[in-house]
Amino acid sequence: MLASVATFAIEGVGSREVTVEVDVRRGLPTFTLVGLPDRAVREARERVRAALLNSRLDFPQQRLTVNLAPAHVHKAGPGFDLAIAVGLLGATGQVPEEPLGSCAVYGELSLSGELRPGRGALAVALGAREAGYSRLAVAPDDAGEAALVPEVEVVAVESLEGIARLLRGERAPQRASPRPPRVRSAAARLDLADVRGQEDAKRALEIAAAGGHNMLMVGPPGAGKTMLARRLPGILPPPSFEEALEITRIGGVAGLGDGGLVSERPFRAPHHTISPQGLIGGGMTPRPGEVTLAHRGVLFLDELAEFSRPALDALRQPLEEGRVEVTRGQRTIVFPARAMVVAATNPCPCGRAADACSCDAVLLGRYARRLSGPLLDRIDLVCRLGPVAPVELVREGQDEGSSRRVRGRVLAARERQRRRLPGSAALCNGDMDGRLTRRTVRLGRRLRSRLASLADPNLLSGRGHDRVLRVARTIADLDERDAVAERDLDEALAYRLGGVAAAA
Amino acid sequence: MISACDSCLRRAHLIARLAPRIAGVLQRPPPPGASLFALSDERLIAAVLGGADVALLAWLESFDPAAARDRVRRAQAWAVCAHDAAYPAGLGQLADPPAVLFGVGRLECLEQLRSTPAVTLVGTRRPSPYGSEMARSLGRTLGLAGIVVVSGLALGIDGDAHRGCVEAGGLPVAVLAGGPDIPYPRRHRWLYRQVLSRGAVLSELPPRQRAFRWSFPARNRIMAGLAAMTVVVEAAEPSGSLITADFARDLGRNVGAVPGRVTNRMAAGSNRLLQDGAAVLSGPEDVLDQIYGVGTRPRQEPRLPEDDELRAVLAAVEEVTDPAAIAGRAGLDAAEARSALGRLEAEGWIARDALGGYERKVL
Repeated sequence: MLASVATFAIEGVGSREVTVEVDVRRGLPTFTLVGLPDRAVREARERVRAALLNSRLDFPQQRLTVNLAPAHVHKAGPGFDLAIAVGLLGATGQVPEEPLGSCAVYGELSLSGELRPGRGALAVALGAREAGYSRLAVAPDDAGEAALVPEVEVVAVESLEGIARLLRGERAPQRASPRPPRVRSAAARLDLADVRGQEDAKRALEIAAAGGHNMLMVGPPGAGKTMLARRLPGILPPPSFEEALEITRIGGVAGLGDGGLVSERPFRAPHHTISPQGLIGGGMTPRPGEVTLAHRGVLFLDELAEFSRPALDALRQPLEEGRVEVTRGQRTIVFPARAMVVAATNPCPCGRAADACSCDAVLLGRYARRLSGPLLDRIDLVCRLGPVAPVELVREGQDEGSSRRVRGRVLAARERQRRRLPGSAALCNGDMDGRLTRRTVRLGRRLRSRLASLADPNLLSGRGHDRVLRVARTIADLDERDAVAERDLDEALAYRLGGVAAAA
Repeated sequence: MISACDSCLRRAHLIARLAPRIAGVLQRPPPPGASLFALSDERLIAAVLGGADVALLAWLESFDPAAARDRVRRAQAWAVCAHDAAYPAGLGQLADPPAVLFGVGRLECLEQLRSTPAVTLVGTRRPSPYGSEMARSLGRTLGLAGIVVVSGLALGIDGDAHRGCVEAGGLPVAVLAGGPDIPYPRRHRWLYRQVLSRGAVLSELPPRQRAFRWSFPARNRIMAGLAAMTVVVEAAEPSGSLITADFARDLGRNVGAVPGRVTNRMAAGSNRLLQDGAAVLSGPEDVLDQIYGVGTRPRQEPRLPEDDELRAVLAAVEEVTDPAAIAGRAGLDAAEARSALGRLEAEGWIARDALGGYERKVL
């Protein structure tokens, strides 16, 4: 007898449908698994056998062949257990076959027959929605996450026996409800008022948040670079439902998160010793890197100059295109990577203020060159932080510039952008590509000629030109104006570090 | 052109041959080079090697000037000696003028050095952005004024001075501590080529000769000797730039310095020069005044932006570099200050360093 069951394999941050076909026929009792299984998948045989027997179900003493289709894709992990077991039940007539046509299953089995949660339940549910399955059976711990997809009826089953009864119709399916979103975390409640002074950097931070632009903070240690960066999630608008689904899906695949819908944008701060693979993703079975984990959120690169050159170079494509492509064998896996990059660096290797610096000229040159180059060209806002004056530190706390107010302005600016950019892939000014930028940001003749007549033609590259336009647009949005004014353009220019760094 | 006479060529090659041993004789980095190089050939050998060296004396006897000229020619260099009409007159006043001046690049530079005054610009290898900008603007304006700008091709101020002069299409002259055909420091190879194509690179050591530690201060006396005025832009204490200034003062030439911040260690030497009576230079006009006399050249009123706010921000940039500090000085909020800074940069009033600090541009 033959039975087939649909399940899903995690691929990248999405899922791919895998059909588990089980064939049971007379012969010497063997259990063969084909379809490029890895070690964990092959070990499923032992788990499935024990789980069936411990659930008082029948394990056939016959010749068993299990095929995981499509056969050319490598299968990894224990997520196929449940599908293989259910397939065996179907092929031996222990459950009726016809409910299996519309129901997909996903989960790992314990030897006792209980279902264990797998990784990436939301990715699986989204895959089930795409493949047209109306019902998905998962472990109870996964159900809350999978149920975030309203189009699919997610059923939580606690054991193999439970799913057998469900398929036989002995038990009514109970639709799982989505897990409530997490309450606002402590990180999101950090307030900008904690950072004293640094108005220039705060302004840059506000513009960056309002338009989703990349920024770089240059300042001596202790000036508040890290503090400012950590307060960025608190002034960003909350993710929309679709964005939250994307964030939750990525977190689920990476094994982060608790299964609830994520209500905050991610903030990732990888250490500067990270490898290129760690940053953009990769590995034998490609796993998302930090830039993908920061998708729709913030990727904070502290001590930018200490990152390895290959790691920084690897960031170029994701920064430009908002995605990472990892090619393995004949397949290319695409990771979404639309993150705001916030970087921080000391002004020189010794980190002291300009007058007290004791760095060697050669060292300084090397340091500047390390920072410069293609990555810096993709940074929209460069701000300087000075040492904080003691008078600022002792001043009583004031409310001006607190996160709540800034967030209000950022939200209003984003709303203006959303209304201006309907139907495009871009959600904010920072997402716009070159063509969209030029179409959206119209400059008057006077402003155009201003840009064309820069005193130093090296000040702006072609890419820099677009980036300045985007930032100028955001500044106008923050100020609730429809037209980009001259001073917006000037301010955007002043925050951009153009050919200067390249020449140094 | 290789017009150097036989005995001078022999002398130059003797020094090149003794070069590795000279450092041992001159214990300290700022050497009283004068006394040593003023000695006759035989006494020089005795002083350096501590006695007569038969092999070296024999080499001296059998020195082949034709072969030496051939080597110079192959390096596409030229050589003039003190007995030559083309030899820069200023060098002759040194107590120990170089016997031969080897050079590559444009020979007309020698003519120019005789007919118009030259200015030597020197300073630290680690300048502040302000020092860098001053050196470059001095090099630019003096170059525009048709004055030969002499410097040492070193990193920092020297390089900035050459760069400014090259930008203005002036006549740059670099004096090297090693052979004139070897770009040194190597990071300035690009600048070496630019100086070569517009001006000349000079040295007292023959081509293919590498630089020694003692040859840097020795080179400084040539820089001082070539110019009517020596200008120190930013120099620590002690430093090679101050040695150059000392040589210039001993020759009775003008010495000037650009005032630096008193908190900047790298300007301590140049500020000391000012205390000791060097001319205070607040811009290229002051250099021209020193050379040609006050009032012979019209003094321009400094140009300023028309907008009040821009003027205030520009004034702030002259005092501080951080955008936040600039905003504070100008009494503007962060957004207004950035806007003004962008405007000023776009119009060429100010420039930014590699890490976002602002500096006023001169000229």
